[in-house]
Amino acid sequence: MTEMSKGGSGIPRTVPRKPDIFSDAVNAEIRRAAATGIYDIRGGGTKRKVPHFDDLLFLGASISRYPLEGYREKCETSVVLGTRFAKKPIELDIPITIAGMSFGALSGPAKEALGRGATAAGTSTTTGDGGMTEEERGHSEKLVYQYLPSRYGMNPDDLRRCDAIEVVVGQGAKPGGGGMLLGQKISDRVAEMRNLPKGIDQRSACRHPDWTGPDDLEIKILELREITNWEKPIYIKVGGARPYFDTTLAIKAGADVVVLDGMQGGTAATQDVFIEHVGQPTLACIRPAVQALQDMGMHREVQLIVSGGIRSGADVAKVLALGADAVSIGTAAMVALGDNDPRWEAEYNELGTTAGAYDDWHEGKDPAGITTQDADLMSRLDPIAGGRRLSNYLKVMTLEAQTIARACGKNHVHNLEPEDLCALTVEASAMSGVPLAGTSWVPGGDGGY
Amino acid sequence: MQTIDMASTPLREVNSTLQAQKEDTNQKAWEIINPKGSHAIACGLDGPIEVTVRGSTGYYSAGMNKQAHVHIVGSAGPGVAENMMSGMVIIDGDASQYAGATGNGGLLVIKGNASSRCGISMKGIDIVVYGNIGHMSAFMAQSGNLVVLGDAGDALGDSLYEARLFVRGKVKSLGADCIEKEMRPEHLEILADLLERAGADAKPEEFKRYGSARQLYNFNIDNASAY
Ligand SMILES: Cc1cc2nc3c(=O)[nH]c(=O)nc-3n(C[C@H](O)[C@H](O)[C@H](O)COP(=O)(O)O)c2cc1C
Repeated sequence: MTEMSKGGSGIPRTVPRKPDIFSDAVNAEIRRAAATGIYDIRGGGTKRKVPHFDDLLFLGASISRYPLEGYREKCETSVVLGTRFAKKPIELDIPITIAGMSFGALSGPAKEALGRGATAAGTSTTTGDGGMTEEERGHSEKLVYQYLPSRYGMNPDDLRRCDAIEVVVGQGAKPGGGGMLLGQKISDRVAEMRNLPKGIDQRSACRHPDWTGPDDLEIKILELREITNWEKPIYIKVGGARPYFDTTLAIKAGADVVVLDGMQGGTAATQDVFIEHVGQPTLACIRPAVQALQDMGMHREVQLIVSGGIRSGADVAKVLALGADAVSIGTAAMVALGDNDPRWEAEYNELGTTAGAYDDWHEGKDPAGITTQDADLMSRLDPIAGGRRLSNYLKVMTLEAQTIARACGKNHVHNLEPEDLCALTVEASAMSGVPLAGTSWVPGGDGGY
Repeated sequence: MQTIDMASTPLREVNSTLQAQKEDTNQKAWEIINPKGSHAIACGLDGPIEVTVRGSTGYYSAGMNKQAHVHIVGSAGPGVAENMMSGMVIIDGDASQYAGATGNGGLLVIKGNASSRCGISMKGIDIVVYGNIGHMSAFMAQSGNLVVLGDAGDALGDSLYEARLFVRGKVKSLGADCIEKEMRPEHLEILADLLERAGADAKPEEFKRYGSARQLYNFNIDNASAY
């Protein structure tokens, strides 16, 4: 801190000091709200710092546990989803899936690129709010079809030509909230698929129109199974709100797979206040969910997929070590396709932002051509090249997870366990239930909600 | 007429038998006896068949129906004909909540009353109710026609998009952005056709039409209390 003096008088005085809670960013938001009268809507996930997988470390092998030889001794990565009731479970080569992202939020070529990349890497993609497109069905060997409150584009034919059904109860970015797709992105094609007027600000309901509560959900699942001949695995996706109870009720309602999306999870467009202030961090959700599976005698019988801030093979390995069966990625897949790439910096600047911070996906002006319905912009993404980048990235993540698993002496990534981990902070230790590094101490301990 | 007795035939067998009847089937008439309120009866059908269910049904009867004509000689539980695509579903008795929810096409006829949220999020289906409908009916209804010969409960057509609502009796209250609209000749025509196809004894001139004021289509802070 420098000492300031006035008019050279030499008398020491206090330096200008901005309040921590009324930072420049906070004040700018107050002025923006005051000027426009609308809350901030944006895409992406949490921007504030919350305890995350970076706060966990693997211990690695030592005298008490021996490692496997890299590249020589096998470390399996396959996962089977839907073994509980479905006649045709989904078999994936890698435990990393592509999360549901709506056509409407994403362009047709972006959906195609996701399908190509996932298929090349041996995994599945997922539809989203807005229905199934030919781009993604055609290019995804395994496609999960979302069953959402809006039911846009829902029909029995697509239900029968998908490979699994995901009943979306909530999303980590906005547990308790519905979707929105603003007028700029309701193109003719999007409007037709959703059966809505072009150009309106479209709100999707936050609750399903024809069921409330776990008892109804059980009957809804019965209906979906009856329509699809009991072939398709049925996933239930919940936001990270009360993971212990939500997992328990999802199992009770008859889920084959529980998809749990923590608060850092991305969204196409949601109120900033929702993204930053509702839901629990992904790290805090996993152990309660696994506990619920164990308490119901369903761990590994009902599979658990975790999403919300997964970026690397290390994150994948940590999620699996905490007891999940697979992970799902949204934001990271978009970055692999080219979202927020610095090569578009000049155009980000024109939009008043910078590469890495661009989140006005709802405006449909994405320089990278991914979150847009504008024909010129979307032609910037070559779906073949984009798919290639995604499959490279998925393979790198898988190799990284295998590297860690071998170092911990595991011949399948699913053999990673909480005992392979330690936590760097007291918070992360309490949330993940693994001991603080250098201690045998786990704060908390009654398991959370 | 093929008869299936649900006292001895499990639901899975009932539905897979009916679902197997496609375009070319020559077994066009089916009867289901002893439904005993079972859920998901006759869902996912996709063939030109007629199914008569003798008795009342549970949730989601005739869900996602395509082509088939399903006649419930009794009352229907929640979500009857939900997400129907085409064909026809007739209920002789009453229908519980969310009748015809999210339906994309076809005609749903309820000869008794329908409970709350009738036609919620409807996307092109036509619904004709001889009696009354409950609160929050046609919530977020996108397209299609809802015809009510009796009265409508609270908050009819809340957050409505482009669906048309025709009510002959009283409307307890209209939901946000739903208003009474002028009945033009083309509406009378639509109504006359629906009443006839539904076998309903009423005249188009007796109805009032309600629809979206389209004030909530694009966000405006001055409408905040309506959201
Ligand atoms: C552009 C975009 C669109 C999304 N659309 C949907 C959707 O339609 N349905 C849904 O359940 N989740 C949707 N999500 C959430 C993802 O399925 C997933 O939960 C989330 O992206 C995972 O977190 P991550 O982004 O940190 O990987 C969307 C996310 C993004 C980034």
